[in-house]
Amino acid sequence: MSLAKPDALDISIKQKTAIGLGVVGLLILILALFNLQFPNVSVWLGLSLTLIVLGTIIFSHDAYLTKEKGIKNHGVWFKSISSRGVLGWITGVALTAFYIVLYFYEGLLGAGTDGAENTGLIALFDPLSQWLSGRPASQWFVYGTLYTVAILVFGYKFLLKYRHNRYEQIRTVSVMFFQLAFAFLIPEFMYVMNSDLPYYDLKNIWPLNYYNFEQYRIDAFINAGSIGMAMLVFGILSVFVITPILTYKYGKRWYCSWVCGCGGLAETAGDPFRHLSDKSQFAWKVERWVIHSVLVFVVLMTTAVIYTYLGYDPEKYWLTREVFLILIVGFLTLIFALTMLFKRHELGKDATYGAIGYFVIILILIGMHLFSSETKLFLFEAETLRVTYGFLIGAVFSGVIGTGFYPIFGNRVWCRFGCPMAAILGFQQRLFSKFRITTNGGQCISCGNCSTYCEMGIDVRAYAQKGENIVRSSCVGCGICSAVCPRGVLKLENDRMKGRINPTEILLGNDVDLMDLVNQK
Amino acid sequence: MEHIVIIGNGISGVTLARHIRKRSEKQITIISAETEYFFSRTALMYVYMGHMTFDHTQPYENWFWKKNRINLKKAFVDAIDTSTKTLHFKEGETMRYDKLVVASGSKPNKFGWPGQDLEGVMGLYHKQDLENLEKYAPNNKVCKRAVIVGGGLIGIELAEMLSSRSIPVTFLVRESSFWNGVLPEGESAMINRHIKKHHIDLRLSSNLKAITSDENGKVKSVIIEETDEDIACDLVGLTAGVSPNIAFLEGSGIETERGVMVNRYLETSVPDVYAIGDCAEQRETIGNRRPIEAVWYTGRMMGETLAQTICGNRIPYKPGHWFNSAKFFDIEYQTYGWVHGKKGRPDYEAHFHWKHNDDTKCITIAYHKETKTFLGINTFGIRMRHEVFDRWLTEQRQVDYVIQHLSEANFDPELYTHHEQVILNAYKNQLQSFLHEQ
Repeated sequence: MSLAKPDALDISIKQKTAIGLGVVGLLILILALFNLQFPNVSVWLGLSLTLIVLGTIIFSHDAYLTKEKGIKNHGVWFKSISSRGVLGWITGVALTAFYIVLYFYEGLLGAGTDGAENTGLIALFDPLSQWLSGRPASQWFVYGTLYTVAILVFGYKFLLKYRHNRYEQIRTVSVMFFQLAFAFLIPEFMYVMNSDLPYYDLKNIWPLNYYNFEQYRIDAFINAGSIGMAMLVFGILSVFVITPILTYKYGKRWYCSWVCGCGGLAETAGDPFRHLSDKSQFAWKVERWVIHSVLVFVVLMTTAVIYTYLGYDPEKYWLTREVFLILIVGFLTLIFALTMLFKRHELGKDATYGAIGYFVIILILIGMHLFSSETKLFLFEAETLRVTYGFLIGAVFSGVIGTGFYPIFGNRVWCRFGCPMAAILGFQQRLFSKFRITTNGGQCISCGNCSTYCEMGIDVRAYAQKGENIVRSSCVGCGICSAVCPRGVLKLENDRMKGRINPTEILLGNDVDLMDLVNQK
Repeated sequence: MEHIVIIGNGISGVTLARHIRKRSEKQITIISAETEYFFSRTALMYVYMGHMTFDHTQPYENWFWKKNRINLKKAFVDAIDTSTKTLHFKEGETMRYDKLVVASGSKPNKFGWPGQDLEGVMGLYHKQDLENLEKYAPNNKVCKRAVIVGGGLIGIELAEMLSSRSIPVTFLVRESSFWNGVLPEGESAMINRHIKKHHIDLRLSSNLKAITSDENGKVKSVIIEETDEDIACDLVGLTAGVSPNIAFLEGSGIETERGVMVNRYLETSVPDVYAIGDCAEQRETIGNRRPIEAVWYTGRMMGETLAQTICGNRIPYKPGHWFNSAKFFDIEYQTYGWVHGKKGRPDYEAHFHWKHNDDTKCITIAYHKETKTFLGINTFGIRMRHEVFDRWLTEQRQVDYVIQHLSEANFDPELYTHHEQVILNAYKNQLQSFLHEQ
């Protein structure tokens, strides 16, 4: 609890008023949640959202535009909200409760079941949904709207905070755009054009979008004719073609901190909590095992699910189970073989164990198939795998823990420990990408700003003070380490693969003979 | 097994210990009276400003030392008996060494000002100073005004720190312009304006006459030499430079002047005793460098070098091209090679200066008047690549070449606006008008 210096940095009257406005806006939503009947729903919804937006804008203006441009992290560790103080915990608990209700008790939000009218909070959003797509709101529409509003208003706040930094500005405009257009508006418009299409946020790629290849969606794609097929093909291409090319050229940042919705929320609404990530080596170890296990889980789950429904209707799907399984096994074997062949020396001991363990699982997969019944790809039913993944990873991990715990564990818990998409992109970023964070010779003073403000918990300083470039799977390329560095030591860039990883013992600036003697050996 | 004892757990001592461990199994002990673990001194300011907690300033996790078999001892060395190779601690214990390294750093300068030891008067160097600051200047209610004496890198940092808590600051600078003993005119003037933009009451050409006391022995006000003006304040920061922290060496027989005298091998006058970092004073001048360099980077380099000698490969301390960096409020500063201010500028050194209209970016390139060889660059608000300038200095590039290839050295974040073309045009114009005058 940090109430150590509560009076060190008071916020201004104007900022308090702005917070008041935002809270009133939220209060309207809460009153709706408790089934207070508003006479003119659209007016109240408009009022609520306007107050929230206005409050954040006024607050941001007073917080940043009254000061000179530059890094302004004054008092971050003194403020209750951003240093795991009382306000931080209250916010964390409230967010967590919201996610639990959203995922498991949507009835509490007022979702009308079996054609019944919506009530409560969801009913408040009916007019907006009707206006956009001509159908009543669902809890996901409410969530999507609030999510988008959060990215837009906190994105605006971020733009003011980093108005001296063009990389941060353009990147933030990008996440704001992708959220508003791709996640929010386009799916609604697509529904208006063709209501048979499944909801598809085109930038939400498998395996983050773990349900993208489930039967109901595949059927819907196929039944929707050429546009549906185009979307299905795009979904497959994004996994196997678009993603690898962009990650090779720019690192995983092209997705994680420029496009992705989870990343978008983390970078905007989550920005005030980025320093709360755990930087210990132990946390890094946990991270590697957990995130890769989630990846293995999602691969198995998806394989099992597809494998299962391919058997139901051989007429409909040209792909047979056997071919599908051979393709999967072949692809994974290829990745494994190439990695072991060319990148063996770049893997740590536990990474090698992990890779071998992974491969063994594939072999078991084949073995099991030979003895399997119709619906079991493993010991478990595909459906059991699917439901378990959806509950544990899709809801609890990414939502409840990932976002609910922003004020406690930082804003990238999901991206760092859970996201299987981040695991794939990270694997490629570490082994096959032009991206790195370059360290500027011997200029590091080990101050620790970079490590403190790394939302992914990377100990950036550990590399910078050795004059070594940072090439890490988890780096999402947010650029904040470079922004907060007081000595101009860090630069995100794409350059040749060769010399990307450059551990040195004697840093630039010392005796050249000594550098040769020690570094060349 | 040989026991290497290092006095001081700053960047010099810790770098040395790490490098000895890399090349040997020697027993290593680091002694410090200040803190249990190594921390980055340059980061103390961020703790007060609330950007980081103190733990964040520690570059290594606490398990690191045990894992690397580096013993840490928190104690104050009172006396050294070099004949028996024994350290005597204030706490009463003793410790034997085979090789001793003095890496005890600096202490803030005090020039005998009346009232300099009052309560609420402090330097900014040690972790304890940070604790004092929290005591005397936790907010602008307890500390209604602070006065900083001494216009160098630490002074401006302290000004930034205090203003981050909205404490009004008066900044007394002896020189006629901020840090103009080091910075050329245009740069120094730009920083003056930047300081004022941050609402600091900057007083140039102002010396401290005396610090007055209230009835409890706490600072009450500061009197300025030139005007006799009496400025009421609750905190006085003395930041007029630092000097080697070597009082404890008295009577040890180790030769000292301002610092511990060392030869190029970083050996002191006593066998098996070495000195590195801020507290070492070179007997022999190294290039344009000063005999005592209280700079993070040189401390680290001496540690890297001495590790070789201690591990049996006796080599001299031979630093490469000079470089340094700092940050003045929101303006970052880097320097590579030598660019002199007015004071002490060699006759052959000419300057090309360019400043951006927004008054937060500028560069000064120094070159040889006759040969046109590039000598060094100061850059403000534009990040440059260390590696590129180091190479150009080694290759002794011409100033024309450097300015034409400046974009290769740019280290600003991606998507930033580039200024190289504007700089090149300014350079050409300046050259033309110069030729015209001739």
